[in-house]
Amino acid sequence: MENLESSIRDIARKLLSDKKVDLIIGYEQGTLPLRTTPCFVDKVEDVQKLVWNASCDANLSKYLVDRKEKVGVVAKGCDARSIAVCIVEKQIPRENVVIIGVPCLGVIDRKKVEAKLGGKEVLESIVEGEQIRVKGEGFEFVLPKKDFLCDSCLTCRHRNPPIYDVFVGEKVPETPEVNEFAEVSDLESKSVEERWAHFKEELSKCIRCYACRNVCPLCYCKMCFVDQTMPAWFGKTNDLSDTMIYHIVRAFHVAGRCVDCGACSRACPMDINLRELVKKTEKIMKERYDYESGLSLEEVPPLGEFKMDDSQEFIK
Amino acid sequence: MKWKVLEKSKIPVLIEELTREYEVFAPVKKNSLVSFERVSSGNEIYLGFQNTKKPPKEVFFPQTEILFTYRVGKKGVEIEEHPAPRRKRVLLGVRSCDARSFVLLDKVFSSGEYKDLYYLEKRKNTTIVGLACNHPLSTCFCTSMGGSPFGKEGVDLLLQELNGKYLLEAVTERGMELIEKFPWLMDAEKGDIEKAKRLFEDAERAIRSKVSVEGVSEKLDRMFDDPMWDQIHQKCVGCAVCTYLCPTCCCFDILDEGTNEGKRVRIWDTCQSPLFTLEGSGHNPRPSGKERMRQRIMHKFDYVVKNFGEGFCVGCGRCIRECPVNLDIREIVKKISTWQV
Repeated sequence: MENLESSIRDIARKLLSDKKVDLIIGYEQGTLPLRTTPCFVDKVEDVQKLVWNASCDANLSKYLVDRKEKVGVVAKGCDARSIAVCIVEKQIPRENVVIIGVPCLGVIDRKKVEAKLGGKEVLESIVEGEQIRVKGEGFEFVLPKKDFLCDSCLTCRHRNPPIYDVFVGEKVPETPEVNEFAEVSDLESKSVEERWAHFKEELSKCIRCYACRNVCPLCYCKMCFVDQTMPAWFGKTNDLSDTMIYHIVRAFHVAGRCVDCGACSRACPMDINLRELVKKTEKIMKERYDYESGLSLEEVPPLGEFKMDDSQEFIK
Repeated sequence: MKWKVLEKSKIPVLIEELTREYEVFAPVKKNSLVSFERVSSGNEIYLGFQNTKKPPKEVFFPQTEILFTYRVGKKGVEIEEHPAPRRKRVLLGVRSCDARSFVLLDKVFSSGEYKDLYYLEKRKNTTIVGLACNHPLSTCFCTSMGGSPFGKEGVDLLLQELNGKYLLEAVTERGMELIEKFPWLMDAEKGDIEKAKRLFEDAERAIRSKVSVEGVSEKLDRMFDDPMWDQIHQKCVGCAVCTYLCPTCCCFDILDEGTNEGKRVRIWDTCQSPLFTLEGSGHNPRPSGKERMRQRIMHKFDYVVKNFGEGFCVGCGRCIRECPVNLDIREIVKKISTWQV
């Protein structure tokens, strides 16, 4: 991991000094344990701030849309895929971005760590190989990292960025056999009433902060349906019905495009499981079109075109 | 006698007796979240938290509040007012930082000629039972912002957690009145009061996060056009987490929902949204995240200092812990206080 970090700094240094990019977007140390924060470097000497570790969770492709400068961006597998989606959707000119692809074995879910510690605050954390050492007032625990990874990472099948300009380090083994839709199948097996009750309960916690939408790299619309008036599609209060409309419609807007980076669930201050509804749409895309988003810069996404042999069994 | 003790095991009894006369709001734990809800029994409440996710401002200033309902009928527009409830309430389990936030919010809602009765009526009818903080978090910096872990500003009755019991200290007459409703409460002993004092000193020492706001307001006056703002906002994604979870943020929007029949509602708003200053003409004086971040900082640490005499931050640390990108307001204030303009 240390080699990857110094490689990233070397690559960034070279890109900036060769003037291949005007700006590098990466991660730097956060102000809290288990956190990093997005870092914008335009001077060669600031390249030292860049870090790479298991807390590099943010999807930095969020910061690429609407930029005039050439940007070098540190991208994990999921991040690179969302960049690809934005390139295909013509939101990022390909020539304006240098993708610094980094293989990723998963990022730590600090909410899982907090839950395990039952409210005790982590004051210091160190990742030691496959373990996380957490220290706080009167305690020190060693936790197995694999049990505290983000849910989206547990079923990741694209640890190596499928699209990149520079690849940092060596490729890591993939796990193509993992069943990423186990959670969805579980929900599918429940009755309509049970599912509705489940979503009502989860979404009743929502405070309409739109952190989920704002961290999502695919939510780049200048006029989001949420903010539209004339017509206003739904209400702005935290009425449950309006709140559910927001989440359901956003799920449809990212359907066929979402790469399951998990940024939405991580951002939610109310700990809502935001991934599960969209994950269902991903399953449909896989089953119906054998499609996964963000793996190709040439392929037209199935929801962006119509083929004569597309199944139409739902038209009766 | 303003000092009493309450055995932890007797809390359900206290709450049960309170609910006979008051509407009681207290922290309730549901999965990972602790928030203030209306309770009807002592078994529902949870006091083992550091601080609640959402601040208690929503008890006086709900996220959605109906101001009035209307109907366009044959005789014209019929309006039905929805005045604030006048029932007596107790809000229990409020940390000192959050209690202090009420004192700051009072200044906004009762300033000048217009009194916000929706907020003020609820405030007037509520007794605040505070919960002193034995174990501040690393993100707490109340002592830098005019507060303290055992602070009594905004508190009527302060609970201080000793071993197995709470020391109750009546701070105001209202707190005293509340104590007197429970004649079965035991008088505190000198030892209890001294123990609480030591815990207070330990808690104050435990606050490691220090943020100096000295001179920040004056410095900000000269920094409106400073290039610093170009860098500071970059990672902000413009959501509403910091503003909604902030105990002293109280900007709101007013909307009518429903054409021929509906309601006028007040809802929380956020200066971080591009819509906040979007004018009817289409012009937006705060067109990008840079202007909006500048606004947030200047409002909290400069404009309100001029309007009300103090900054609108109680050092609770929620914005720091919950920001999706770990944008840390302490870093910004530190940067400003040492900035060469």
